Amino acid sequence: MHYKDNIAYPPLLSRPTVYLPVLAAVFAALWWFRAGDGALGRLVLGLVPGAEGDALNLATAACVTMLVGFNIFVVMRLPLRQQVWLVWAELAALILLFFYSFDLSFAFIQRKIGFLITQGLVTTLYISAVSIVIATVLALIGAIAKLSSNGIAQGIAHFYTSLFRGLPLLMQIYMIYLGLPQLGYVVDAVPTGIAALSLCYGAYMTEIFRAGIESIPKGQWEAARALGMRPVSVMTRIILPQSMRVIIPPTGNQFISMLKDSSLVSVVGVWELMYLARTQGQTEFRHIEMMVTASLIYWLMSIVLELAQKRIETHFNKAATR
Amino acid sequence: MTSAQDSAPPAIQITGLNKWYGLLQVLHDVNLTVTQGERLVICGPSGSGKSTLIRTVNALEGFQSGEIKVAGLRLTREPAVVEEIRRRVGMVFQQFNLFPHLTVLENCALPLRLVRGLSAAEARDRTMHYLSKVRIPEQAAKYPAQLSGGQQQRVAIARAVAMQPEVMLFDEPTSALDPEMVKEVLDVMVALADEGMTMAVVTHEMGFARQVADRVIFMDAGRIVEQGPPTTFFTAPRSDRTKAFLRQVLH
Ligand SMILES: Nc1ncnc2c1ncn2[C@@H]1O[C@H](COP(=O)(O)OP(=O)(O)OP(=O)(O)O)[C@@H](O)[C@H]1O
Ligand SMILES: [Mg+2]
Repeated sequence: MHYKDNIAYPPLLSRPTVYLPVLAAVFAALWWFRAGDGALGRLVLGLVPGAEGDALNLATAACVTMLVGFNIFVVMRLPLRQQVWLVWAELAALILLFFYSFDLSFAFIQRKIGFLITQGLVTTLYISAVSIVIATVLALIGAIAKLSSNGIAQGIAHFYTSLFRGLPLLMQIYMIYLGLPQLGYVVDAVPTGIAALSLCYGAYMTEIFRAGIESIPKGQWEAARALGMRPVSVMTRIILPQSMRVIIPPTGNQFISMLKDSSLVSVVGVWELMYLARTQGQTEFRHIEMMVTASLIYWLMSIVLELAQKRIETHFNKAATR
Repeated sequence: MTSAQDSAPPAIQITGLNKWYGLLQVLHDVNLTVTQGERLVICGPSGSGKSTLIRTVNALEGFQSGEIKVAGLRLTREPAVVEEIRRRVGMVFQQFNLFPHLTVLENCALPLRLVRGLSAAEARDRTMHYLSKVRIPEQAAKYPAQLSGGQQQRVAIARAVAMQPEVMLFDEPTSALDPEMVKEVLDVMVALADEGMTMAVVTHEMGFARQVADRVIFMDAGRIVEQGPPTTFFTAPRSDRTKAFLRQVLH
C-alpha cells in the first residue's frame, strides 16, 4: 500500500464474510446472464454430459464460481508481487483466449504481419514519436505563455487550447488536409497527421503543464530569485523538475492515447497500422485477423509506454521518497 | 554599478516608503537606515508589515512611492538593477524554501554555479565550507525531506551566506521550528553576527534581540512606532503599543 500504517488487517478476501458473498455474487451474475448458453457452457458440457438449458446454466455458474474461488484461495497465499503478476497474466490469458475463440486464420496473420509491422507499425511509431516531441514543446510554450504577463502570448495560448481541445481531432485532420488547400497550401498526408496530433495533444498537455507548474509553491520561485538566479534557470532547474512529478502521470496517459488516436490519420490515407489492418483484411475477408493483430500491437506499444512512464516517475520521485 | 559618491554608503537606506495592497496601505512613510555591520531586529504584531518591509528590499514585493538603496545602489524595477541588488542581499525565509528535488549540496552549489559562475569543484568546496559553519557538513548528500526543521533552516542560511551577500535578511527564521530546534538556528545566526555580517532580522525571539541586536525596531500598522538599542527598548519602551506588545512576547 502507498500509505503504510503498520496495522495487520486480515486480507479482505481471507475473511469468510467477504469471500463468500463475493463468490455468491459471481455465481449470481453468471447465472443471471446465462453463462451456460455460450462458450463457457460448452466447456462445462464436457464435465456434465447431457445437461442442457437451466441445468447447464446452473452447472456452468457453479463450475466457474468454484474455479474463481479456488483461484482466489491459491493466489491469496502468494507474496504480493507474485499475486499482482499472476492476476495480470491470468487476465491477459483470458483476453487472448477471447481472441483465439474467433477461430482466426494464423496462416493469414503470419503472411501479413511482416507488412503490418514494417509499414504500419513503423509509420504509426514515426507519426506518434514526432507528434509527442512537438506536442511537448507546444505544451511547454503554451503553459509558460499562459502563466506569463504578456497579454498577446496569453491570448494566443488561451485561444489555442480552447480551439484544439474543442474541435474533434478528426475535424482538425480534415481542416488541415482538405481546408488548407483551399487557401493554396497543400499538406501531405503524413505531415497532416503529425500537425493535427501535435496541435491537439499540445493543447491538452498545455493544461497539464500549466497545472503542474502552478502546483509548485511560490516560495520556491521566490527563494531562487532571491538567490539571484535568472528566470529561465529558475524555470528549468527549480520549477520544472519539481512539477515533473505532477506532470508525468497524465502526460503518460496522453502519449498512450495519442498512440491510438494516430489511427485517425488513416482517414487521409496514411498507411499506418490501422489503415493497413483495415485494407489488408478486405481482399480475403479476413477483417478480424487484422483487427486483432493490430489491437495487440497497439497494446504492446502501450505497455512499453507504461513501463517507460514508470521508470521516469521513479526517477523524479527519488527525492520525495525517504 | 556601485556609486562612488560615498566611501561607505549605508547597507540599506529606505526613505519615505509607502505601499498599498489595493486600498489597504501596509507601509506608511517608512524611513530606515541600516549601516554596514549593523544588526537590526524588527518586531511587531502580526500583520504590521514586517515581512512586507524586508521583502521590498530585494524586490520580492513592489512599492508605490519612496526610495530604497542597497549599498548605494537605488532599487528600480530594471532587471539588471534588481539582479544586482539580489546578489548583494541574502534572504532566509520562515518556511526554509529549500529545493526539495536537490540534495543539500546541490541546493547550495547550484546558485553558486549559476549566479556566481563558480566551477562545480569550486562551488562544492565553498558549499562544504559554509555547511561546516552551520555544523551540518555530514548532511550534504541528503535531500531536504530527510532533515529536521532546524537542519533545513541551517542549510537555508548556509545557502544564502555562501553567495557572500553584503546584507542578510531573515523573515521569522525560527517561527516554523519546534522549540528545541530554535536554539541551533539562533546559534548559527549569532555566529554570523559575530563575524560582522549586516543583518535585518524579523523575529519574536527577544533573547536573540537582547544578545546581538544593535537596534530594535517596533512596527505597528505599517509604521515604525519605536526604535532604539535593546537596553532602552526593553527596559524603557515609550509608546503604549510597544509596552503592550512586549508584555505579550516577554510573558
Ligand atoms: N498579497 C497580499 N495581498 C493583500 N494583502 C496582503 C498581502 N500580503 C500581505 N498583506 C497584508 O499586508 C499587511 C502586512 O502583512 P505582512 O505579512 O507584512 O505582516 P507581518 O508583520 O509580516 O505579519 P506576520 O507576523 O503575521 O508575518 C497585512 O495586513 C496583510 O494582511
Ligand atoms: Mg511576516
